[in-house]
Amino acid sequence: MSINKETVKKISKLSRIASNEQFEDSMIKDLNSILTFVEQLNELNIKNIEPLSSVVEQKLLQREDVVKIMNEKEDVLKNSPHKNENYFVVPKVIE
Amino acid sequence: MTAIVKYTLIELVNKIKSKEISAVDATNAYVERIQKSKKLNAFVTETLESALEQAKKADEINQKDGALSCAPIAVKDLFCTKNVQTTASSKILKNFIPTYESTVTSKLWDQGAFLLGKLNCDEFAMGSSNETSAYGNVINPYKNNNDDLVPGGSSGGCSSAVAADLTSATVGTDTGGSIRQPAAFTGIVGLKPTYGRCSRWGIVAFASSLDQAGPMTKDVADSALMLDVISGHDEKDSTSANVKKGEFLKNLNKDIKGLKVGIPKEYIVDNMPKAIQSLWDKGIELMKDSGAIIKNISLPHTKYALPTYYIVAPAEASSNLARYDGVKYGFRAPGKDLIEMYENTRAQGFGNEVKRRIMIGTYVLSSGYYDAYYLKAQQVRRLIKNDFDSAFNEVDTILTPTAPSSAFKIGDKTEDPIAMYLNDVFTVPVNLAGLPAISLPAGMDEYGLPLGLQLIGKSFDEQTVLNAAYALEEKIGFQSQVKDWWM
Repeated sequence: MSINKETVKKISKLSRIASNEQFEDSMIKDLNSILTFVEQLNELNIKNIEPLSSVVEQKLLQREDVVKIMNEKEDVLKNSPHKNENYFVVPKVIE
Repeated sequence: MTAIVKYTLIELVNKIKSKEISAVDATNAYVERIQKSKKLNAFVTETLESALEQAKKADEINQKDGALSCAPIAVKDLFCTKNVQTTASSKILKNFIPTYESTVTSKLWDQGAFLLGKLNCDEFAMGSSNETSAYGNVINPYKNNNDDLVPGGSSGGCSSAVAADLTSATVGTDTGGSIRQPAAFTGIVGLKPTYGRCSRWGIVAFASSLDQAGPMTKDVADSALMLDVISGHDEKDSTSANVKKGEFLKNLNKDIKGLKVGIPKEYIVDNMPKAIQSLWDKGIELMKDSGAIIKNISLPHTKYALPTYYIVAPAEASSNLARYDGVKYGFRAPGKDLIEMYENTRAQGFGNEVKRRIMIGTYVLSSGYYDAYYLKAQQVRRLIKNDFDSAFNEVDTILTPTAPSSAFKIGDKTEDPIAMYLNDVFTVPVNLAGLPAISLPAGMDEYGLPLGLQLIGKSFDEQTVLNAAYALEEKIGFQSQVKDWWM
C-alpha cells in the first residue's frame, strides 16, 4: 500500500496538524518506508487469532460510589494559555 | 575517602541515616556537580534551591526515617511534579506547571527523597537516542575518541545523569526499551517492571498499553530498593495491578543454583557486532558458573515484534496526544478559527518524530485500514505473548543482549526512522508481552563503550530477574569508566 500526497493531506487533516509542501514531501517518504516495514506482518497466518489489546488480566476494579471533591476549578484553569473568568477562551466557533 | 556522589543509593541513605554525612552535605555534593555538568544537557529543569532547603530542614528536625531518606533524586521530565514545570521534552508543554504529583514520584518524596530536577528525554518519550527532545541532545558521559555520543533513549537524561553521578538514582519510563537501552548505553542498571506493577497516574502518556515506569540506578540492589518504593496498586490507574507488594531488596539473593535460563535463538540477528555476541556468550558462561541451567529456546515471532510495535504504539499515541489542542494547557499558536488554531498549535508545538507517529497512528486507525494494520498487529501481539508464555513453561528467565549496538554518534541515525527503530529490536517484545526485564552493564566493546545484558522474567516475577542480575553483576564486576571530561 503506498501513500500519496492526497492521503498525507487527509491524514494531517484528521490529525489536526497543519500541513505544507515540505511537510507533505517528507511524510510521503517516511510514512511509506514505515508502512513497508510494518507490512512484514502480512507474511503471517493470523486467522482465528484473538487480538490482544491489553496484557492486564484482572477485571476492572470498582470503587465505592461516593462523591469526592477533586479537580478544583482554579487548578483546571491554571495552565490554560487563554482564559477569562471561569472559562477557556477559543476563537469564535458560532457565527 | 569516596566522593559522596560515587556512593550507591543504598550507601548514601545509610550514611545519612547514621549521620556520617548530613542531608545538606549530600545535596550540596550533587548540586555542585550538576552545576559543572551543563555540557551533558541532562536537565530540562533544575530545582536545586528547593532541594537544598528541604535538606536543611531535614537536618534541623532530624527527620531521617524514610527508605530513601534525604536522597537527592532527579526524575524523567515525563512525571508530573506539583508546581514544577513538566514538559515531556516538548515545546507543546513548555511552561506547563502541574497542579498535582504523579503517584510514582509522590512515593519517592513520601520516603524522604528530594527532587533535584527534571531530566531530558526524547519528545513524549518517542525516540532511542534523546535526539528528538525540543530542549537539545543529551550527551553520553562516555566518549568514542573525540566524538560525542548519544545516551540512548528515550530516558537519555536519566541514563546520562546516573552514569555521570548527577543523581543518586532516578525513575524513567519504558514503552519499547526506553529504560533498558539507555541504561545499556551508559553502563548503568535499568529495570522495566511488569506492566501494572507501578502506577501510570500522572505520567505523560505515550502508549498506554505499553508504558511502564521503572528505576535506573548504579547497581542491582539500588533498583530493588527503588522498585520497593515506587511499586504498588493505585486506584487512580485502572490498569495498575492489585497484587501483593514485593519486598525486592529484602529478598535479593545471589543463589541462582538450578535456575533455568533460556537463550532464544531468534535474538541472534544479522550484523550483530562481535563484541555483543561474545558478551552474551560470556554471560551464559557466568550463569553456568553460578549453577544455572542453560536451555536453548525459541521465540519464533521475535522478528514481528518491531513491526507490531510500530503499529500499536503510534496508534495509541495518536489517541493520547489528541489532548494537546492549545486550549487547556501548554502552547497555543493563533489561527483564524478553532480548527486552524488546533492545526497551527500542533504543527508548531510537536517535533518531527512525534508528528510522524501521530500520522502513522491516525492512518492505521482510519476507516478502511483499521483491520489491515491495527487489528492485525493486535493479533500478532497475541502470538508474541504466546511465545513467551510457552518459553516460561520451560525456563525461569531469559538472557539476551539489551541492544544490537553500543552508543552511537549524535546524528548517525536521525535521517532514517527505521534505522533508529531497530535499536529496540531486543527490548520491544518484552513491552508487547507486558513482562519485567532488567538491563545490567556487562562489559565494554573495542571502543571502550559499555554494553548491556538483558534478563527477562515472568509476569510479576521481578524477584527472579533481580536475583539473576544480582548474581551476574557480582561475577561480571563491571566498573564505571566515566572520565569527567566535560568538567
